[in-house]
Amino acid sequence: MIKRRPLVLGSKTYKDITDDICELVETFPPMKFFATLLSANFLFLIFVLAQGAIVFKGMGLMGVNHPVGWGTDIVTFVFWIGIGHAGTLISAVLFLFRQKWRTSIARTAEAMTVFAVMTAGLFPILHTGRPWLAYWLLPYPNQRGPLWVNFRSPLVWDVFAVSTYATVSIVFWYIGMVPDLATIRDRAKNPWRKRIYGALSLGWRGTARNWNHYEMVYMLLAGLSTPLVLSVHSIVSFDFAVATLPGWHTTIFPPYFVAGAIFSGFAMVVTLMTLVRILVPKFKDYVTMDHMEAMNKIIMATGLMVGYAYGSEFFIAWYSGVEYEQYAFLNRAFGPMAWSYWIMVTCNVLIPQVFWFKSMRRNIPVMFVVSIFVNIGMWFERFVITVTSLHRDFLPSNWGMFDFTIFDIGAIVGSFGLFFTLFLLYIRALPAISIAEVKPVLNVGREGGDHGHH
Amino acid sequence: MGTIDQLISKVSSKGVEGFAGIWEDEHQFVEAARKTRESGVEGFEAISPFPLHGIDEAMGIPRSFIPWVTFFAGLTGGTFGLWFTWWTSAVNWPINIAGKPMWSLPAFIPIIFELTILFGALSSVGALIYICGLPKVDPPVIDPDLSCHKFGLFVPKTAKGFDQQKLTDLFNQMGALEVKETRF
Repeated sequence: MIKRRPLVLGSKTYKDITDDICELVETFPPMKFFATLLSANFLFLIFVLAQGAIVFKGMGLMGVNHPVGWGTDIVTFVFWIGIGHAGTLISAVLFLFRQKWRTSIARTAEAMTVFAVMTAGLFPILHTGRPWLAYWLLPYPNQRGPLWVNFRSPLVWDVFAVSTYATVSIVFWYIGMVPDLATIRDRAKNPWRKRIYGALSLGWRGTARNWNHYEMVYMLLAGLSTPLVLSVHSIVSFDFAVATLPGWHTTIFPPYFVAGAIFSGFAMVVTLMTLVRILVPKFKDYVTMDHMEAMNKIIMATGLMVGYAYGSEFFIAWYSGVEYEQYAFLNRAFGPMAWSYWIMVTCNVLIPQVFWFKSMRRNIPVMFVVSIFVNIGMWFERFVITVTSLHRDFLPSNWGMFDFTIFDIGAIVGSFGLFFTLFLLYIRALPAISIAEVKPVLNVGREGGDHGHH
Repeated sequence: MGTIDQLISKVSSKGVEGFAGIWEDEHQFVEAARKTRESGVEGFEAISPFPLHGIDEAMGIPRSFIPWVTFFAGLTGGTFGLWFTWWTSAVNWPINIAGKPMWSLPAFIPIIFELTILFGALSSVGALIYICGLPKVDPPVIDPDLSCHKFGLFVPKTAKGFDQQKLTDLFNQMGALEVKETRF
């Protein structure tokens, strides 16, 4: 019989699990936490300044102009939405596939989803140039007719997809946390902690009848989130694919975008988990090397899918016989923006190949560096799709270039500050590993254990 | 009495009086729940820090009905999306956009799909919160370790078949660490 490897190391008891996970919420953070938080805050300040200036002065501060009307804001929006998808994949899809190893990383991956979608959501709103009128995107009864939004437009589909995704992700994350918040409430000595976590836990009591409904709802949410997450990035890809622009108008886009989203999202989970393992050494017993290896395997598999899509796009462009389509792809690889194309290929296709070797998949510094490269590569993938297609379309008289300004850089770099600020606050304020979900898988792979009776 | 006080008094839970036993071994605990039910007690609660395998069978808890809520809420959301996209685009103010049909069903599918998911998910969570009687302000806690590493059975005094002496004997015989009169 193939032996299962333990999911939790260090022969822990139920009480040890509660103590280990609650300790983060119940103790004062060490200096290195504040140092990390301050660095994130500094980046966030850059975001506020850059976007504040753009809102105050206008979109002209960014690189967008005719013919490249979609620039950094749209590229970074797609980037962050894609990051979020790995969280839903871990929390919902792996749950439906009964992958028990997901339990210790699911909470943090869901938190990543929520914060990534929050960061992403700002970009199209800021891209409108008049963010105070963003509510015009919603169909509400108004005094202009009422004039309704155009439901035939992928941009309106996107409003519905992203807002539904944000809502369902937040609810899924929160409902998963309710029993753990009750645990913190029951342990609290400090009256304010008891009050705050008591309110957040909604007064959860953990009776068998409650758990019966709770588990059912958890499964239903997982079942609803799975098609939802696939729909969201498909719809994001429709923003491009429904237009008739060469380089955008392709049927491969929905699966290609979803694979890319999972690829970049898992890279971000690996980045975050290596940081968590450094900041919180105790969590090494829960987020083990086996977890990291499993995620690296997914990164390599989805990286190969993305690489296949790059090749397939080129083939179809040639095979279509459409000269504009053929030119769009030659221009991507050999035109004035070829540098971005080759950054993308290097980071997304070549570098993840190191994960063929087991020693590399289980090496923390290596996976950290690879995950950063994948994130860079996936940002440039969206840049290549968006900008290189726009800058040279059918008529040479309509060609132009795109140049980054300091405000583009500030918006990109600063968005990481927003994301990491939220993430670091979450790590210390909420149970970062699901206490109630780890306990039932405690015996998996243990000597004499009943191999995960649950 | 202010509105907020009224609201709080509505969700505060003083609990009911009853008798509880506490275990540290989950297998003994599930057995104890089974024996309690077999001895004719009805309407008792089993409190655990995580969902326990086999407790539903031991206590005779039926499968949750919430999937029906999800199904009908999802159906409602989808129907609403279908009606709304049709009414706004083809009835209330039809606008010719690029010569596309007023009622462009394939283009409306993403909206219909997202509304199906949204209604289904939020209603399922709403049903969970309602059926679990949440939110509760300061519900009585039998033992704070029941959300950590211990398991508790609670029989309200009003429950059918409540007999404190019989329950004390049964709980002790099933290896309870502690038995006590309490509120929950």
